[in-house]
Amino acid sequence: MDASLFTSMLFATVVAGTPLIIVSLGLLVNEKAGVLNLGAEGMMAMGAVAAFAVTHHSGNPWLGVLAGMGAGMAVSLIFGLLTLTLQANQVASGLALAIFGVGLSAFIGKPFESIALPAVPPIRIPFIADLPLIGEALYNQQALVYLSWAMFWAVVWFLYRSRAGLILRAVGESPASAHAIGHPVILIRYLAVLFGGAMAGIGGAFLSVFYTPMWVEGMVAGRGWIALALVVFATWRPLRVLVGAYLFGGVMITQLFIQGSGMQIDFPAQFLSSLPYWATIIVLVVISRNVNTIRLNSPMSLGKPFRAEG
Amino acid sequence: MLDTMTQPTPTPAQTAPRLVLSNIRKVYPTVVANDNVNLEVAPGEIHAVLGENGAGKSTLMKIIYGVTRPSAGEMQWEGKTVTVESPAHARELGIGMVFQHFSLFETLTVVENVALALPGKPDLGELAQRIEEVSKRYGLPVDPRRHVHALSVGERQRVEIVRCLLQNPRLLIMDEPTSVLTPQAVRKLFETLRQLAAEGCSILYISHKLDEIKELCHSATVLRGGRVTGHCRPGEETPESMARLMIGKDLPVCEHGASHASDEVRLRLAGLSHATPDPFATDLRDIHLDVRAGEIVGIAGVSGNGQQELLRAISGEEPLAEKFPVQILGTEAGRMNPGQRRKLGMCFVPEERLGRGAVPTMSLADNAILTAAKSQHFVSGGFLAFSRARDFAQNCIQSFSVKCGGPPSPAKSLSGGNLQKFIMGREILQAPKLLVCAQPTWGVDVGAAAFIRQSIIDLRNRGCAVLVISEELDELFEICDRIAVIAKGRLSPVRPTAETSVEDIGVWMSGLWPGSDLAAQQSEQTGELAHAQA
Repeated sequence: MDASLFTSMLFATVVAGTPLIIVSLGLLVNEKAGVLNLGAEGMMAMGAVAAFAVTHHSGNPWLGVLAGMGAGMAVSLIFGLLTLTLQANQVASGLALAIFGVGLSAFIGKPFESIALPAVPPIRIPFIADLPLIGEALYNQQALVYLSWAMFWAVVWFLYRSRAGLILRAVGESPASAHAIGHPVILIRYLAVLFGGAMAGIGGAFLSVFYTPMWVEGMVAGRGWIALALVVFATWRPLRVLVGAYLFGGVMITQLFIQGSGMQIDFPAQFLSSLPYWATIIVLVVISRNVNTIRLNSPMSLGKPFRAEG
Repeated sequence: MLDTMTQPTPTPAQTAPRLVLSNIRKVYPTVVANDNVNLEVAPGEIHAVLGENGAGKSTLMKIIYGVTRPSAGEMQWEGKTVTVESPAHARELGIGMVFQHFSLFETLTVVENVALALPGKPDLGELAQRIEEVSKRYGLPVDPRRHVHALSVGERQRVEIVRCLLQNPRLLIMDEPTSVLTPQAVRKLFETLRQLAAEGCSILYISHKLDEIKELCHSATVLRGGRVTGHCRPGEETPESMARLMIGKDLPVCEHGASHASDEVRLRLAGLSHATPDPFATDLRDIHLDVRAGEIVGIAGVSGNGQQELLRAISGEEPLAEKFPVQILGTEAGRMNPGQRRKLGMCFVPEERLGRGAVPTMSLADNAILTAAKSQHFVSGGFLAFSRARDFAQNCIQSFSVKCGGPPSPAKSLSGGNLQKFIMGREILQAPKLLVCAQPTWGVDVGAAAFIRQSIIDLRNRGCAVLVISEELDELFEICDRIAVIAKGRLSPVRPTAETSVEDIGVWMSGLWPGSDLAAQQSEQTGELAHAQA
């Protein structure tokens, strides 16, 4: 493999992994508070279409990202109202939200089909972008790629170093106990759900404004579901989410390169296309099969409603 | 239980009361949990709130601690009328509470758990030091850096108490604190509580264990059916007189009679070992036990020492790799599932009533079908004979005087004690050859508990072999012919109950029986250390 091919594959891998990281980190925090929001796909779709529409009208991609974030939060607020205030079933509400978001985004997006946005130029970080092999791939990237790295460290710090994160984990493990020692369980869960929605919205915005700057119905293409699966198979640990997302991106890009290179191979193309999905899952299952790790990291009250007594 | 320690706690000086409750009333949709309750606690006083399960003790404490709001009534704290908005508010006022079911987070460390309950943003390193200081001062050994899931129940309770003490409470509420402790740990706890009271802290002590209240408390308020039915000075009462106040009549006494054990071994555990990868579970190690027809064998122990795992191995919920370690009526049953084991003549009462013992949303008749279908022939020609199941359920309800709306009422609509009576009835009426039961009277009120115990004894007298696993030592001593202790997944030697004492069994509960590894290891160390590991 020559050096420029390696660099361009690494570049593409990072780009492909970025939306998954952003969305998964949001879902991770969401689920660590004990709320399972299966509507990621719908929130991403809404974020994508809102970001596209605002960018198209204003010409400013950053307003678009804000709009995507807002749309994701608005949809997640519906979910919060249903499951936290009205105590509806989280699984059913999440599934409904996924279908709703995808459908509504298709409806809103109709006028924008076949419009392309101007590409947003990457941000080059001086000096380190000149590093051989990796410099161009890692440090001449979209701003949201850098944001995903910053969010990764922020989430790690928040969950494991801050008091607020400690309280959030406590709520996810045992809401009844957290309530008994005086923490506002429902409020904390709302904030976690909104954070999950915001991140899913940003992930969607990345897809429609930066990754492929156009709107196509169904362009989220299952990434919301992959992000959900990543969090579970990564046993709710941020570093494993990061590894899983890049692994998925890497295998995805590799198989695309193989398919596009015209290499003569005996595998059917469908097999290659499915490779990223099961390769990621197998790797994460293998590194996370320790029962101890699962018990210590999975939020015990995940998906269970909580109602304060009295 | 602790009759060796009878020096009464000194009575505090008469001062203005710290806490006054007037006419507290709490109404839930279906029941009145508290009705017109008045209560007064002075500084430095240890005040008992006495009552059967369901008498409204826990509800009253939740009101004081701000977990729930009263429907009516007034609370005065240090002379001022207050409405406690939340537990956080209660802690600000200086009220701390140690819950019966711990409110600890298992996946977090001790210091993180404590930090969660403190206001502001405590520095974890500094907090760990403060925890060590407090735990030394009150004799409550706790390692702040350990994860809670790795702690024993006794240690968890110490964490709860230390967590309260760090907030310098002026009123400490303890809800059934001794139900999970060894007799020695209870003694240590009482020393701590006396020390606290001497320093001026008021303590509300909730329990239904009358001998403990007599030993520890200055005064007592008795609740029955949500109302105050009496006040007394426990030091001047006898457990019998307090029981009369509590249940309104004399305590029923079990007729035990001599054992009629035959030579027929109905349950044999032959070197049962079982390891699990679950960090929250205990490995079973080389357990040997024979239970013969016509005897009751009891297994005591502090919870979390392998009881759950042992029960699962015997019931068949967790089949073993080998056949021989579990032998039921002479059949090597180690690899059989629960249904196959029941077919051999074993009946089983699990510890968890809802979820294991009964399906909450199903009717009592349907729940009867679940375990009794084969033995009571509810199935004919592949179809269920519902009328037979209903009759059987009705029979359980009548013979065990279960308070409920009849066989069609769902299991979850019954109170814990009534459901327990139904489940015990369902198993006992199947006339098992071998009955294995866990915590047969857990959460059942005193009268019903005596009834269940008597039923178990009657079953033995009809030639059934019974194995009882319980954390209530008094209960085991009341009904068992022979008794053993499980500690850290190992089983002690089995002794005839008449030849042992509560004190001996209490020591064994820390794993220190003659010939045990632990006893050998720690023979030269202090008893207190052994205790800390319990």
